[in-house]
Amino acid sequence: MKATLKQLFSYLRHYRILLIIAIILASCSAIFAVITPDFLSEITTEIQIGLMGEMNTDAVLRLTFIAGLLVLGSMIFGFVQNFMMATISQRTSQRLRSEINAKIDAMPLAYFDRTTYGETLSRVTNDVDTLATALNSSIGPLISSSIMIIGTLFMMFYTNWIMAIAGLSATILGFTLTMTIMKKSQPFFLSQQKELGALNGHIEEVFSGQTVVKAYNNEAGVREYFHAKNTELYNSGWKAQFLSGLMMPIMGFISNFGYVVVCITGAVLVLNGSIEIGVIVAFMLYVRLFMNPLGTIAQAFGALQPATAAGERIFTLLNEEELANETQKTAHLDTVQGDVTFTNVNFSYTPERTIINDFSAHVHAGQKVAIVGPTGAGKTTLVNLLMRFYELNGGSIAIDGVPIADLTRENVHGLFGMVLQDTWVFEGTVRENLVYATPNVSDEQLKAVCKEVGLYHFIKTLPHGFDTVLDEKTALSSGQKQLITIARAMIENAPLLILDEATSSIDTRTEKIIQNAIDSLTTGRTSFVIAHRLSTIKNADLIFVMKDGDIIETGNHDELIAAKGFYCDLYNSQFDQAD
Amino acid sequence: MKIVLQHVTKRDWLFLAISFIFIISQIWLDLKIPEFMSEITRLIQTPGSELQPVLTSGFYMLLCALGSMAAAIFTGFFIAKIAVGVSMRLRASIFDKTLDFSTAELNKFSTASLITRCTNDVTQIQTLVAMGLQTFIKAPILAVWAITKISSSASAWTITTAITVVLIVIILASAIAVVYPKTIRLQKLTDQLNRIAREHLMGLRVIRAYNAENFQAENFEEANSELTNTNLAINRTMAFLTPVLTSVSSGLSLAIYAVGAFLIQDAVGPDKLNLFSDMIVMSSYAMQVVFSFIMLVFTFIMLPRAVVSLRRITEVLTTPLSIPNGTKTVGTESGTIEFDNVSFSYPDAEEAVLENISFSAKKGETVAFIGATGAGKTTLLQMIPRFYDATTGSVRVDGVDVKEYDVHALRNRMSYITQKSILFSGTITDNIAYGDNGQGEITAEAIKKAAEISQASDFIAQKEGQYDAHVAQGGSNFSGGQKQRLSIARAVARDPQIYLFDDSFSALDYKTDKVLRHALRDAAKDATLLIVAQRIGTIRNADKIIVLDDGKAVGIGTHSQLLADCPVYREIAQSQLSEEELV
Repeated sequence: MKATLKQLFSYLRHYRILLIIAIILASCSAIFAVITPDFLSEITTEIQIGLMGEMNTDAVLRLTFIAGLLVLGSMIFGFVQNFMMATISQRTSQRLRSEINAKIDAMPLAYFDRTTYGETLSRVTNDVDTLATALNSSIGPLISSSIMIIGTLFMMFYTNWIMAIAGLSATILGFTLTMTIMKKSQPFFLSQQKELGALNGHIEEVFSGQTVVKAYNNEAGVREYFHAKNTELYNSGWKAQFLSGLMMPIMGFISNFGYVVVCITGAVLVLNGSIEIGVIVAFMLYVRLFMNPLGTIAQAFGALQPATAAGERIFTLLNEEELANETQKTAHLDTVQGDVTFTNVNFSYTPERTIINDFSAHVHAGQKVAIVGPTGAGKTTLVNLLMRFYELNGGSIAIDGVPIADLTRENVHGLFGMVLQDTWVFEGTVRENLVYATPNVSDEQLKAVCKEVGLYHFIKTLPHGFDTVLDEKTALSSGQKQLITIARAMIENAPLLILDEATSSIDTRTEKIIQNAIDSLTTGRTSFVIAHRLSTIKNADLIFVMKDGDIIETGNHDELIAAKGFYCDLYNSQFDQAD
Repeated sequence: MKIVLQHVTKRDWLFLAISFIFIISQIWLDLKIPEFMSEITRLIQTPGSELQPVLTSGFYMLLCALGSMAAAIFTGFFIAKIAVGVSMRLRASIFDKTLDFSTAELNKFSTASLITRCTNDVTQIQTLVAMGLQTFIKAPILAVWAITKISSSASAWTITTAITVVLIVIILASAIAVVYPKTIRLQKLTDQLNRIAREHLMGLRVIRAYNAENFQAENFEEANSELTNTNLAINRTMAFLTPVLTSVSSGLSLAIYAVGAFLIQDAVGPDKLNLFSDMIVMSSYAMQVVFSFIMLVFTFIMLPRAVVSLRRITEVLTTPLSIPNGTKTVGTESGTIEFDNVSFSYPDAEEAVLENISFSAKKGETVAFIGATGAGKTTLLQMIPRFYDATTGSVRVDGVDVKEYDVHALRNRMSYITQKSILFSGTITDNIAYGDNGQGEITAEAIKKAAEISQASDFIAQKEGQYDAHVAQGGSNFSGGQKQRLSIARAVARDPQIYLFDDSFSALDYKTDKVLRHALRDAAKDATLLIVAQRIGTIRNADKIIVLDDGKAVGIGTHSQLLADCPVYREIAQSQLSEEELV
């Protein structure tokens, strides 16, 4: 909590001048608001004199004018202060969002293995929003309310200390009462929140699993559970709703109570002749001026609680360990042959369990490597290591003899083209999706590549050709998405290639087209293919057989079959011989 | 609106009537309080007054304040009961209705949207009823009542108040006019930022592989600054609202006193004192009027969102059901399925999903379906438990058209295993013994047996608590293969005559797939199996394989027959099997 606030203030330091001005303005606005009743009191006194004899209308007008100016001043200062706070909080949240976005690129992929996307996403949006709202709506009011309370206290005691004590004790008594009730009602809100969450969870579960609910005739069971939960929610819900509505009437009563106390005390004093009636009028306003900020402060603190929690989550993310700095690296590979050597590679995701043990292999330039293994064998681990998404625990992987650990990540990434199973297409034009981050791609190149992968005709049929925006409305089939990612890799034209040929969800015709595209992509490039098709596996120059994360066998198809190992088993089990 | 009214019970109307009485009495008391204030003022002003009458008035005023608070609390109590009750009944209606939806209606709305309608949208309505009911009744009555009281005094004060009210309405209305369209835009911009951030996270590897971090950051920054600017515009407009409203109401107090000064000066004799005490009452009334207008306007801000929610709820509740229930419970045959020239197309769709499909499956047979995505395999399978009805032709189970069955009786004959495994939160036992099969409780032994057949008993044994192990929502604490085996166990535990497997072996490795199918065949010799699959290996031993292409059956026969004379089947086989195996 303390660390969070400290870090938050370091962000606000950027705006310290604005912040100081805002605080000054808030103070002025509050002070003006506090002095106004004093003028109202003087006006009343003037009028009161007028009741008995001649009224000094000039004085009334003058006082009204000054008070009017004060009101106006308070308004302007309040507005400017709010305006500045809005600016500060929005700019701060813009900066936080940018930093989180940059942080996502700076963190090792391992972070995303233990954190869900939803969680990270909610930092960028919900948490930043919560923090911004609290900054915007809490800091200003907290400052002005505090000043208002101090100012009102001062004015009250300055005007008449007996009345001050009377009014003060009435409001504080009432306020304590309200707080106690609010505190007592907290459990109802919590249980309402909990039951609502549970019910929503149930609704989500049933609606998404409706096919099963119906196919297994469980409508009655589901209904019974829902109605029981719904009734429970009703029982805690109306209590919470009722209690949350209590605040207003109670505050209203306290304000009236304070009023009566002030009036009666005032009446006694007036009858004694120790004060003017104007003082009562002023105090009537002071009581209200004192009450409101108390409520505001209570509210602001309420908003600050979730905000500090949100802030804590944001800063925990921003303080996560980043990828090693590589500015001092001097090795650089521009043009490569594509010779890849694995030497005694050791790797583990968690320190307890090494999954790749002393793996060595040599892949000659232009060779095709098939990576095979059952589902969940960790075929993507190899991709992660080649791309340096993860660092090795021992040994080395070298391209043309240069260990990739000596190169910058950017350099390594630039050497590989990559086509993955989950075809990633973003909302943007076809051109943006194809060219992506590759510099200087001419239209001719773009056309040639699209023709080669068999995408050109499809793009021509789109309403704006290459400039058509791909979004939810342009429903691309998974085959078309796959072709786009293949074309993207061809345009990048990197010397090495990583490719996941998962085609299970693609129909046979498209699969043929994609296979042709893949064939032309792999020509002349050293390629690592997560292979599903038998033909790819059999035609591969080298097969890496993976099981439980480790590479347990290497060799070509015939060698591996002859070895009668895991590969042989796997190969045979795929084809249910009539037994 | 009608929909909400249908969910208001007689008791709610009674509560509303009681609340109305309480609201009226609260307003009466609230407006009474200033009269005592003025009385106190008058007493203090009158020379030679005693303290006793001041105390009496103070006591009455306090009594009124107490009564007003009590009335408000009672109103709050009844309104809370109404609002939460309406939302409970609305939620229940949507839930029940949605549960009656067939796949066609579900697809029309999408699951995510139905969830929102049953949760957030209902909460929106609840908030509106809770806040709105009080404000919409109280604010206008209070305003009119207070204004008549003011106007019964001096017209100068009435005019002052009226001007202030008009001023406030104009200020609020223009603020809303500026902010409202921006708020709608804000929602879009937030969605856009979310989308870009999500794309970023989903494509992390691709982005890094292409060194496209800067490209991505540029997109994000553009959306970020657009969002920030819109947010700034809204917040800056709102920044002016609070100070202006506070100042206007302070200004009104000032104005009433200033106007009062002149009124008093022009008055003669005892009128002066009366006017003076009136002035205090009037300024208090004026404040009440102003406050009620502010409340009203803020409630109006909530209205558009609630109206949208209401419209979305109404849409669900008024959607007609497309699958009427039948009455038959017994068939004329056992374990048979027959498709007689069945076609299916979505309403308004030009192309049929399935066209003229005819085949039959006898008791104990295995019939398999293969074909490209979108060929209509899932739709075909789902017509058997009546998630869809045939547009033309008929589907018969046990010799009777499925439309004539009571759906529960129909579905009790079969186990349907979905493509995407669906598990529910609870224990493993809860999930395997799920639902009702019309044959009474599923025993612990049956559950164990089902787990063994579906090759799930090994990993269940390793779980803490074994069969009582917790299953998280959506089965997220199980791997894809484990989820698939558990949903197969659920199907087996019901001991049905018919199994419908909708590509339900895809997450299993070849070995497990094979062992499981053999175990199932051994345990349920008489059961009819319909299997949709992508892998030739899964289905090559089926008694009958039906090849679907674009909704049509382009080949029916055994593996070797189809290899010989069905080109589509051969294409699929070629991509999966080696040359030797094709022969």
